[in-house]
Order: sequence, then structure tokens, then C-alpha cells
Amino acid sequence: MGMLKDEQHKSYDMGMHTEQLSGRTMQKFFSIDEDGGRFTHPYDFEVDFDKKAELDVKEMESAEVNVRLRELMAEGNGHIVIKNPLAKHSICVGILNRLKLDVEGSLGYFGCGLIDGPNVRISGRVGWSCAENMMSGTVVIEKNAGSSFGAAIRGGDLVCKGDVGSRTGIDQKGGNIIVGGSTGAFSGFMMQRGRMVILGNAGINLGDSMYDGTIYVGGEVESHGVDAVPGEMTDMDAKWLEDKLDLYGMKAPNGISKMKKIVAGKQLWNYDNLEPAEKKIIL
Amino acid sequence: MCGIAGIIHRNKGGDVGTEMTSMLRALKHRGPDSTGFALYGAPVEDEYVMRYKVAEQEELSSGFHIHKELEERKALVDERLRGLGVEILSEEAVTEYAYRCRIKFNSDMRKMADFIEDVEGVEILSIGEGLELVKDLGDADVVSNQYSLNGFAGTHGLGHTRMATESDVDIRSAHPYWAYPFKDVSVVHNGQLTNYWNFRRHLEHRGHRFVSNCDSELIAVYLADKMDQGKELEESMADSLSELDGAFTYLVATTDKLGMAKDTMAAKPMVVYESEDMVVLASEECAIRSIFPHEVDTFDPYEGEVRVWEC
Repeated sequence: MGMLKDEQHKSYDMGMHTEQLSGRTMQKFFSIDEDGGRFTHPYDFEVDFDKKAELDVKEMESAEVNVRLRELMAEGNGHIVIKNPLAKHSICVGILNRLKLDVEGSLGYFGCGLIDGPNVRISGRVGWSCAENMMSGTVVIEKNAGSSFGAAIRGGDLVCKGDVGSRTGIDQKGGNIIVGGSTGAFSGFMMQRGRMVILGNAGINLGDSMYDGTIYVGGEVESHGVDAVPGEMTDMDAKWLEDKLDLYGMKAPNGISKMKKIVAGKQLWNYDNLEPAEKKIIL
Repeated sequence: MCGIAGIIHRNKGGDVGTEMTSMLRALKHRGPDSTGFALYGAPVEDEYVMRYKVAEQEELSSGFHIHKELEERKALVDERLRGLGVEILSEEAVTEYAYRCRIKFNSDMRKMADFIEDVEGVEILSIGEGLELVKDLGDADVVSNQYSLNGFAGTHGLGHTRMATESDVDIRSAHPYWAYPFKDVSVVHNGQLTNYWNFRRHLEHRGHRFVSNCDSELIAVYLADKMDQGKELEESMADSLSELDGAFTYLVATTDKLGMAKDTMAAKPMVVYESEDMVVLASEECAIRSIFPHEVDTFDPYEGEVRVWEC
């Protein structure tokens, strides 16, 4: 830190710095104290969970829905019910504060993307790329979900009680993805961190090219992807699964003890390996 | 991108024209260049409906002479039909360049189609006992109103909204494609085929004709070729998953069936609603929602999946 210039300090304080590849890890843990005890965003509203509002979006465009949601949060509503979503795309996105959000119906593509904090419950189905880049909070879907479910999520719990399409959790960087049914091909593709739980079956190439993270499967795995290998279930795994599934009222069809664990074989490139050019320098 | 949609009524027919228009309207953002419909009405024994065009829409702005030229092309088509012994039961000029006629004939369909399409600018869009294929530039409402499709009673249908990527914005590159020269077979497609030219050469050597450079046309011709060799629709579709390269999802319809195939990477979307009465499919769920006032359960087919439903 002492070597940084003033503008670099400013960037660092705002969390906008570039990690340097040195040593054995690139992982950096932030301290909550770095921003005066609270990370702030332009649309981070103080809401009252006892204040409730309903929003019928039947005749609204997606952008209008999101603007209206912000207005309702700015008015202090901590519980919002969305009616007639009619599978509209890109709604309920960019919510950066705690909020109880109930969606009565289905969402289209990119629903709940880029969220950081809300607890969302969706009574219907969601389309492709639900909760993409989710940072924290919970999203619970009662029915099915499309492909690229939870792409690149970094935190929170993303739960689908039905079946999910292909590439579930592609590029997952953290958080937990829980699927009550089955998933399609390439689930966990290039997974980097976090946990994925599939209570049903998994399609071909599960965990292909995963760097890290853990995948649990209750049913059959059609095939493992490159560098995805079986791991050993520990008591801690079982306890975590039991608590997490219990939290969302879900059960492993054949019991947690029968679930399979898949981890990265780390034979491909991973975070702890150096780039070829760097190896040359060291060697 | 492109949007595709399909509907099949299992027990009794419905207003497939209005239903498809509604779904394709909801998919307009996936492709505003052209819109197409393949609608299946009640088949009449020994009768065919032939839809054909004598020019591209853009040709109409090529000069004053074009109107006379289109009349001459049409007259030549009529003359050739009469020469082939085709009985024209009724005829309708839907636009200046698009015609619908009910015909009777007993000769070889391929020979008849080849002879008609030999007239400059003429393309047969479809021949079928139930199939009526309509496609033109513009969105769903424009095409549906232009061809009076709202209220079209039938059992099933396919539709397409096109975003041109690899071929021109014209009617010949619009979907659906009729699986020439098989009556009542049509295809819509969302995706890209990467072994298009190899397969096109292979199929051309087998005597099939292509009217466009659109890769989607290849799927229709491919399936027609398979069925020509005696394979069932579902079997032909299953073959396509291993033989056609690329990212694709397509729908195909025959006299009484509607099929769906999704490539092994599942890179192109498809959402399905299935009930005892009907099956509805679309690239996006908002299209399905557009014809249901109430909540319905839907699902995504998985990679490498082939499904066929019957009326």
C-alpha cells in the first residue's frame, strides 16, 4: 500500500484496483471497514420491510418496471409484489439493497440480473440467464428455469425448485446454486468458486474446465467434463447440504449420503499455477 | 438472432392465424427484417393449395416496366400449368407478386414445380393439401394483415421472425421454407449451420434445388431428402443432430405433425408449453404468454432433444 500513488490509493479505496499475479493466490478479501463500514451505491435505498406495495406490470415496458421499482424503494417500500410479469425480459434487475420481492408469475430473459441484496421469490418460471452476476441475497423460483441459470454469480443463494436448462452456473464465481430437478449440458462450465447442488440428474460435460468450487449431484451424471473429477463427501459437506436444503424446504431424493461430489482435478490451468512466461522467469 | 414459434392443436383446430400472429408479434425484437407463417388448414382430398410469388418485393421499385413484366410472368405460369394438365379451381392475387391457388393435378410434383420455377422470378413457396406458406418483408402485423391471416382456421402452424445475418433481406431468404418438393412439409430455424456449403453441394448432387443462400433452407431440403429415402420424420430429425454442424434449434411441420430439434450444445433457445389440448413452442416465453390470459407451466427442452407431436 505504501508504494501506491494518490490516484491508485483512491482506486484501491473504491475497490477498482487490478490484482497483481504474485505468489500463490490472486484471491483478495475485502474488509468492510474499507468504506467507512458500508459499501455504498447510487441506488442503495433505506427501506421499511413493513411497508408493502403492489405493482401490476401488465402494460409496462421492462425499463418502466425497473424505474418504478426504484421509485417504490425510494419511497421506503421494503416489500414489493409484482403482478402480471408475463415473462417480460430484464426486469427486477440492479436491485442493490435489502428488499422482499414477490413475483407472481414468470420472468423472461435476464430476470433479477446484477442484484445485490434482495430476497426474491418467483411463483412461475424464469427464462435464460436468471440472476446473472448476482452478488448477494436470495432468489427462489418455484417452477423451471432456462439456460445459463446463475451465470457468473458471485454470492447469495439462487434456488430453482424445478428443472433447469444448459450451462447452469457457467463461470460461477461464488454463492450457491440449488436445483431441485435436473440440469442440462455443460453445467458448472468454467466454475471458479461457490457451490452448485443438483438434486436430479446432470447432463453431459458437468463441470467442464472448472477451476474450483464444488458440485453436488443427487441423481445421475451423464458425463463429467474435462478436469471435473469425483470428490470425497465429508461430514461438513453433508451438514452444509442438510442445512441448506432444509432452509428452502427441499430434499435429496435418495438422501444426502447418496449424493455425489464433483470438484476440479486442477490438471488444467487454475489460480495456483503461474503463466508460462512467469514460470520461465522463476525457472 | 431470429425468433421461431409453433403451435399444434391436438383434438380440434383453432384460429392458428391469429395465434401465430400474436406469438410472432411478441418475437418481433428477435428479428424485424421479415416474417413468415406456415399454416395448416383442413386438407381437402385430391386438392392442393399452391402459394407462389412472381417477384421479390424490391423488384416493384425497379421501374415502370416491372408491372407489365409481372403480368407476363404470371401469364407464363398459367400457360405452363395448363400445359401440364393442372386444373386451377380458384385463384387469388394476394399482392401484386404473390398468388394463392387451389389446384388439382396427378402428375409428378417435382417436375411440375421445376417447370413453373423455370419462369424468371417465380418461386413456389409451398404446395400442400393443408399447408399454406406465407412470408414477406415486415413484422407480424404487416404480413398478417397483408395476407389476411387473422382468422385462419387450422390445426397447426409454424412462424418465424428473421434477423438477416448470412443472407439478404428478401422473401427468398425469409422463413419458413417448404421442403421442396414434398407436400405439406415446412421448416423454421434459429441458428447457424457451419457445414452448410458441404451439405448443400452433397444435396445438389442428389438433385435437390436451392432458391436461396440461407442455411435454414438446407434443413428443409435435408429432411426432405431423408424422407425421400423412406425415413420417418423423427428419425430424419435425429440424424440431423449428428450430421448438421452448428448451433441451431428448428421446428418442422407435416400434414399432421409438429417436430422440434435442438442441437447438442443447446445454444439456441426454445420454451415449450404442453397440455392435452395443445402444444405451443417459441424462442421466448413471452410469445407463449401472448396467447394465454392465465398462468401456464413451461419448460426448456434439453440439448440433443428431438420431439414430435401429432394433431
